[in-house]
Amino acid sequence: MSDSIQKTLLVALLLCIVCSVIVSTAAVKLKPIQQSNALIDKRKNIIIAAGLAEAGGISDKDVKRLFNSIEMKGIDLSTGEYVDIDKDYSIEKAAKDPKRSRRLKPKEDLADIRWLPNVMPVYLAKDKQNKISKIVLPVHGYGLWSTLYGFLALEPDANTVAGLGFYQHAETPGLGGEVDNPKWKALWPGKKIYEDGIPVIKLVKGGVDANTPNAEHKVDALSGATLTSRGVTNLLQFWMGDKGYGKYITRLKSQS
Amino acid sequence: MSSEAKKVLLMPILSNNPIGLQILGICSALAVTSNLKTTLTMCVALTLVTAFSSFFISTIRNHVPSSIRIIVQMTIIASLVIVVDQFLKAYAFQTSKQLSVFVGLIITNCIVMGRAEAYAMKNPPILSFLDGIGNGLGYSVMLIVIGVIRELFGTGKLLGFEILPVVSEGGWYMPNGMMLLPPSAFFIIGLIIWGLRSVKREQIEKDEFKITSNSMNNSH
Repeated sequence: MSDSIQKTLLVALLLCIVCSVIVSTAAVKLKPIQQSNALIDKRKNIIIAAGLAEAGGISDKDVKRLFNSIEMKGIDLSTGEYVDIDKDYSIEKAAKDPKRSRRLKPKEDLADIRWLPNVMPVYLAKDKQNKISKIVLPVHGYGLWSTLYGFLALEPDANTVAGLGFYQHAETPGLGGEVDNPKWKALWPGKKIYEDGIPVIKLVKGGVDANTPNAEHKVDALSGATLTSRGVTNLLQFWMGDKGYGKYITRLKSQS
Repeated sequence: MSSEAKKVLLMPILSNNPIGLQILGICSALAVTSNLKTTLTMCVALTLVTAFSSFFISTIRNHVPSSIRIIVQMTIIASLVIVVDQFLKAYAFQTSKQLSVFVGLIITNCIVMGRAEAYAMKNPPILSFLDGIGNGLGYSVMLIVIGVIRELFGTGKLLGFEILPVVSEGGWYMPNGMMLLPPSAFFIIGLIIWGLRSVKREQIEKDEFKITSNSMNNSH
């Protein structure tokens, strides 16, 4: 009898054991490869943001080699000082841990991220004389559908943009998803973040050319993606502001 | 190949298409078809999962108590999907990033469960496996057609290669942004079903009831 209680329990038990063994074997065996994929992917994005390589033609080996010239440091956002940081520090994990992050009040939460990690990693690209050539700052914030995760690269003056790129988002392909468009990304280098110490960089509708007033603080918004564009403006102004990297930037400037 | 095997393998592609006739799996058809690459990965993943889940379910079909059969099917399907997801993350990282939640959503894809319940529970393993492949192919054909239309007219590209030079890059083609949004897949699927049923008229279902004419007009 297939329908007796004993048989039912036995089938359920056996099935669960077999399935869980298969699933856990796959998960455990493949984990190292997956982790190294995720790490390489992240590093690739840092390298691309720092302008050390073109997107696309960069192999996993190049990533390893190029990443050697990049130094990772932690900064305490409340003071702007360097602090010790784990090599595999995860912003996502820190933001989920109430001990290592703080809840933002709706008023100050411009980027709509809710939890702000106390410590954020920065990546310093060094040139041959061991001087900082690019400062790469992780940024994230809410667009239309999703949180956009990306990197903003600055020139050593900590004001001029060297590049902006997002490595994880789920915006509408073809509209908000155009944040990945190389042509749009090419608009960023040379733009200035701050005016009198206040982050004023923003995306504007209708295009930006040399005649636009304050063109150095403005970037053409993505057409058909008002909310994603607004999200990018907000997240940049948030992260470059006082709650974000503001104190760190001030400290960098006072040193140089 | 026996005629039965041929039938279960080929019937679902046009005559008994899971999307076109059975109207199953629409949700993922909307979600993953905005570009061809994710579409193809989804097709392969779904075909494999349907085939293997049908195979395993059919193998143990005589031992599954009917009171827990749906849960048994779900467990097998879910396990297979997780394994597929893990493999994608390990060996096709970029694609798995793009597919994100949709791989997990294969679990709830009506086609997989539909075939398990409708075919695999009553038929031997090899035939069930072929039935899974067949339905996977039927799903794939439909998805690829939709994916090609959406990516081509939405971005002017196919698999990332430029086919129609778009205006923003100095060409002549003005991309149709709506093609990239899920509703466009609805329209395309609707048109395909219409086309399919105009050619194969036996697919048109009989009305379950007739709407009576308006009584107000009859009284005159």
